[in-house]
Amino acid sequence: MHVVVVTKSTPDTAAKVTVDASGKPTWTEAMVINPWDEYAVTEAVLLKEVHKGQATILTVGTEEHSEALKQGLAIGLDQAARVWDDALVGADSLLYAKAVAAAIQKVGNADLVIFGKEFADLGSDVHVYQVARKLGYAVLGSVSKILEIDFAGKTIKVERMLEQGKQIVTSKLPAVIAVLKDINEPKYPSFIGIRKAAKAEIPVWSLADLGLDAGTRQTQVSAYTNPPKIEGEVEIIEGASAAEKAAKLADKLIEAKVI
Amino acid sequence: MDFLLTEEHLMAQKMVRDFAQKEVYPTIKEWDRKQQMNPDVLPRMGELGILGINIPMMYGGQGFDYITLALACEELERVDTTLRVVMSVHMGLNSMALLQWGTEEQKQRFLVPQAKGEKYAAFGLTEPNAGSDVAAMTSTARREGDVYILNGEKMWISLATKADNFLVFAKTDTHANPAHAGITAFVVTKDMKGFTCGDIHGKLGVRAGSTGWFAMENVEVPVENRLGEEGEGFYIAMSCLDNGRYTVGAGAVGLIRACLEDSIKYCHERSTFGKEIGKHQLVQQKIAYMQQWYDAGRLLILKTGWMKNMGMRNTRETSMAKWYATDMSVKAALEAIQIHGAYGFSDEYDVERYLRNGKGAVIYEGTSEIHQLMQAGYALGYRVDRPIRCELPAYDPEVWQREAVVS
Repeated sequence: MHVVVVTKSTPDTAAKVTVDASGKPTWTEAMVINPWDEYAVTEAVLLKEVHKGQATILTVGTEEHSEALKQGLAIGLDQAARVWDDALVGADSLLYAKAVAAAIQKVGNADLVIFGKEFADLGSDVHVYQVARKLGYAVLGSVSKILEIDFAGKTIKVERMLEQGKQIVTSKLPAVIAVLKDINEPKYPSFIGIRKAAKAEIPVWSLADLGLDAGTRQTQVSAYTNPPKIEGEVEIIEGASAAEKAAKLADKLIEAKVI
Repeated sequence: MDFLLTEEHLMAQKMVRDFAQKEVYPTIKEWDRKQQMNPDVLPRMGELGILGINIPMMYGGQGFDYITLALACEELERVDTTLRVVMSVHMGLNSMALLQWGTEEQKQRFLVPQAKGEKYAAFGLTEPNAGSDVAAMTSTARREGDVYILNGEKMWISLATKADNFLVFAKTDTHANPAHAGITAFVVTKDMKGFTCGDIHGKLGVRAGSTGWFAMENVEVPVENRLGEEGEGFYIAMSCLDNGRYTVGAGAVGLIRACLEDSIKYCHERSTFGKEIGKHQLVQQKIAYMQQWYDAGRLLILKTGWMKNMGMRNTRETSMAKWYATDMSVKAALEAIQIHGAYGFSDEYDVERYLRNGKGAVIYEGTSEIHQLMQAGYALGYRVDRPIRCELPAYDPEVWQREAVVS
């Protein structure tokens, strides 16, 4: 059994993100592992413990993304690798997905690829589907539980939490899954894991190492801007009774064309 | 000279921070109001390995260094003092004493389960009528064949009702001259006949922890539970304080940080006279002082940790770090409340808890006054540290990370 987790570092969700004078996003606080990936890492560790297999964690990104890899190793994954190449600066999701897929192929023999639901910084999960497509694997998003997994028989049965309700799906392995918070309680790093992670030398692969050419990008980010400031006013509705206050409120809302 | 923390230090610190913030902080006010300890705290600290953080792996610990212990204490007290108190008694005052003074058999019997978090440990030195004046203790230990019969009462004992193993000090010779030469150390376990304990309520602070008393009425303690030699207890107790005070000082640094971080946040949120309060110079002065206290306290503590790692005697440095950091943590809490204004005076915000918690630490493990006497004593040449029979072992990563041999 070989499970691969794909991760990246993101600004802490508590961080304040702003666009600086040079037009680049900047934030307070250090980078952390993408919060959704904590569930992906934990699920890989749990599978590894039960099925006595191997688990790898990968990222495509600059040195700061090593934090997420180290966190994965500290929680209990076996090996890590990072892909980076200057040609990847400003990569769009498709180029990103190509690099991830190639790295997964280089690691080899993946039975299951686990992503967190989305990247918390970009608010996007398109890369999950693109990676699956590039690999030619089945893809299962919004996975809230792995019900059965048979690495020898190459099948997986999962519960997906959809807006309409739960869906039970069976698929062939290898597969790509994206997991939700319901799937587990994220593990903390162990002290022994921390020591291993601190000592780990993580290989860095270039696009050439992966046999890839950056090619022409389909999309490019032209500018970032801060969201417009929301200015609001608070008005306390006075009245003798709740009914009177409600009636006044309704009038105001109609007047403001809210209802 | 190298001020850089290693990646191991930083990752371990983050792990302890995440635990404290995610699992303890959300309900801390409730437990503080109830004057009870969250029952999940000790088992979780055990499971995560925090209770054995700086004990060698061969004794069931995690094999990290003494600096990591300080970083953990800072993170724990950043959230609540009661978490750090656990490390002070379980680790600083008890487990580290076993590492320093215990026989191999005692280490296997007591230290291993403590470092694994299977047993919780506490320390019994103070009595209802003997605090700073240790030699005035009245607890006695009378030898009868293969056992000692212990009698007496200990008070202000952290984890009194939670701990399994207690490092207890009692007089084997009540006529010794000087009096402290009659004190001997023992490991007493809560299951021993004649041992009773209880919690004390109505304390100003550390309300989400367990502080209490225990009494020994003709408790039979086997000779093999004696730590060190007869009459060596006072020196053992003092060496324990070198480690306990280290954790208290490191925690106080975390408390100063709590005051600083909360105040900075409030400075940006609250506006008066048309601008956020951080723009007012008198508020800025308070922030600047808090930052100074934090930086200086942290340097003192980390230097002490480095000395422990190197195996250097650090009684004076530990005393200085503990005195400074705890005194400044009380000042920082007062300033933090002042910055928060009337809100700081209510338990809607955390800063009033910081003050109540901080005040304890300028009393226990050497009052600030005792530390002043010590510092003056060293400076004037009245006080000199003499070598002790068993020094705290220097940190050696190879030894600390050697796994236990399973026979």
